[in-house]
Amino acid sequence: MGGWTGQLLRVDLAAGRATVEPLNMTWARDFIGGRGLGARYLYAETDPRVEPLAAENKLIFATGPLTGTNASCGARYMVVTKGALTGAITTSNSGGHWGPELKFAGYDMIIVEGRAARPVYLWIYDDQAEIKDAGRLWGKTTWETEDAIREEVGVPDAVVASIGPAGERLVRFACIVNDRHRAAGRSGVGAVMGSKNLKAIAVRGTRGVTVADPRAFLEAAWAGKARMAKNPVTGSGFARFGTLATMDPINEVGALPTRNHQHGQFEGVKEIGAGALKKSGRLLTNKACFACTIACGRVTRVTGAGAARYTVHTSRKNWRMAAEGPEYENAWSLGADCGVSDQDAILMANYLCNELGMDPISMGVTIAAAMELFDRGVLTEARCGIALRFGSGEALVRMVEATAWRRGIGDELAEGAMRLTAKLGHPELFMGVKGQEFPAYDPRGLQGMGLGYATSNRGACHLRAFTAGAEVFGKMDRTATEGKAELTKKLQDTGAGTYDAAGLCSFVDSAVGPKDVVPMLAAATGIAYTVDDVLKAGERIHNLERLWNLRAGFTAKDDTLPPRMLSEPPPSGPSAGMVSRLHEMLPRYYEIRGWDAEGRPTPAKLAELGLATL
Amino acid sequence: MAHRMLRIIPEKCTGCMQCELACSFVQTGRFQPSRSVIRVHLFDEQASYAPYTCFQCGEAWCMTACPVNAIAINPDTGAKVVLEETCVGCSLCTIACPFGTIFYNPETKKAFKCNLCEGDPACARACPTGAILYEEMPAVDWMAPWSAKVRSGYLEVVGAGGA
Repeated sequence: MGGWTGQLLRVDLAAGRATVEPLNMTWARDFIGGRGLGARYLYAETDPRVEPLAAENKLIFATGPLTGTNASCGARYMVVTKGALTGAITTSNSGGHWGPELKFAGYDMIIVEGRAARPVYLWIYDDQAEIKDAGRLWGKTTWETEDAIREEVGVPDAVVASIGPAGERLVRFACIVNDRHRAAGRSGVGAVMGSKNLKAIAVRGTRGVTVADPRAFLEAAWAGKARMAKNPVTGSGFARFGTLATMDPINEVGALPTRNHQHGQFEGVKEIGAGALKKSGRLLTNKACFACTIACGRVTRVTGAGAARYTVHTSRKNWRMAAEGPEYENAWSLGADCGVSDQDAILMANYLCNELGMDPISMGVTIAAAMELFDRGVLTEARCGIALRFGSGEALVRMVEATAWRRGIGDELAEGAMRLTAKLGHPELFMGVKGQEFPAYDPRGLQGMGLGYATSNRGACHLRAFTAGAEVFGKMDRTATEGKAELTKKLQDTGAGTYDAAGLCSFVDSAVGPKDVVPMLAAATGIAYTVDDVLKAGERIHNLERLWNLRAGFTAKDDTLPPRMLSEPPPSGPSAGMVSRLHEMLPRYYEIRGWDAEGRPTPAKLAELGLATL
Repeated sequence: MAHRMLRIIPEKCTGCMQCELACSFVQTGRFQPSRSVIRVHLFDEQASYAPYTCFQCGEAWCMTACPVNAIAINPDTGAKVVLEETCVGCSLCTIACPFGTIFYNPETKKAFKCNLCEGDPACARACPTGAILYEEMPAVDWMAPWSAKVRSGYLEVVGAGGA
């Protein structure tokens, strides 16, 4: 056997015990790994109606069969749990070095269950897995935690995934950070970890990953690598500009949500985009995750007046060093959506999110909602401690810090935009789906993205069905609804089976598709997967997550968008006058999914996917 | 005699570890960076990533230190290679090497180091950014300046001065 290690580590925090058990290989074959296998275990072992922050919720870290191999971008692990932000199943993905290191130690997955009586961390060194006291680490940032654990265990090569003060304080959109700047970012997986009193998981693995057919595997991996090198996005575009390259084209079509999605274009886009980052000298170099041949990471530094103006955190020494960010999403959420055009403020807020352990997308959109509430006089300077005006870099950075520590108004921002706006009597100002804040593509100007957001199993997400690829960079009419149901289903299933389950980064998809990945999967695992098998696995994963959500209490009514997206068009720009025509797409989507009018998978569909007994 | 050598350009490195994966695969048939003889150090806070491996130095202290002559020069590539059947696993070479680029494998109880893959280094092939090149370069005695410093008492001076 290859690809999988065939073992998982089960950690019972209440009992303080870690045990090794064999991987269920039937599930591994059908759900492949990562997002799929993690979801299968969560489905089998938890009640979907459990409170996300209750001890009964489980927290699963799952790699794929290609994680830790030399397949380009085979760096990923998924965190699968019931999201603290959404109450839906979430599958939150991260790169860096942590996933491969877990494989090298000999495990495909970790299942964390129960709650520790006091703060602990898990230390894994190959066969040895130990639950250790983390009292000394509680309250430390993710960056401090990584250094402190490496020092304590005496292994400089240990790779650490940890939560910051935000996860400890159960901030609803807290994330899990590894390698200082890589995060399983969305849906509040960090809050679930915090609720378990689990500060970190540190891993050192020396044993390596084997593949079933080395020759065939190397050929397939090299072919994929060559395709990626030739592609303009994966070969050079993302290395030079990062994902920020996306900002200008999206703004040009009027789909860059601005000031809590009131507008579709941002006048300050030139000051916060890829060009500005390069020209200003803030960009030092680019960086890759493990095995990544794209290297989209931005290594940056804020100096001089910007640093003096926005330094708020106590661990000042960190701010003199290079850090990572921003990605397109963060530059948008902390920038355009808050009306902030000062790149220094965006970078500092971005670093703070990494250091304190929060999802910058949800953070930015939540601050944007608060700014709109301030605009309308619902929130006041007296209550917030600062004038929460759109465009204020000071307010942005102050709110990020206050939220992580739950200080003052930050305590309410920490609940996320849905709960904040509802509490203050303006639920219509929440920009998101199923409790999760929108990412950086306006569904009014990009019809497909709206359907993708509404039907994503983890709440609003751009990675589950990136229709913008076809609608902005491809040939599809972004304003049309025809064909969007088919496109959305195809992208959801392809992504789930091909990248998210295999352990690859979804950014390979510009150059490498199922036809390229399947030979790698087959050679790695020794199972004769076909393209059909993998796409079917993707569909199976999507439907399994859907079943879980239905049992958690979600219905077709939750497959919707905020009223602003459905009835309030952007006042100007190329998407002026447009709204999301979700009602034209959703019935067709249910139909081709094999779901009934209430969005429930039919028995025939479940039987076809081998899910009939669930 | 000029041999082809590994030339490393750290400015081009993105820290992706493809070289470590390739190197370990050639040696063990597994993707096992802990067995790679090229190592990438990520100086994240300085925004710098540095692959380093044996540069087959002229003076070769590993070879000098070996008590059983288990390190020899491959005449075709110029690489200093460990003769596994001769190596007794004493680890003296790992202490002698000033660069930390010869290692001890507790499983085989032998030393191991870069042998330039018999003239087709896997790391150079795997590098996606051209940060590792296998090129003909004039023979340089990398150790000479340092040796000279040692012989002139440089280290004693530094040690005494606390610098």
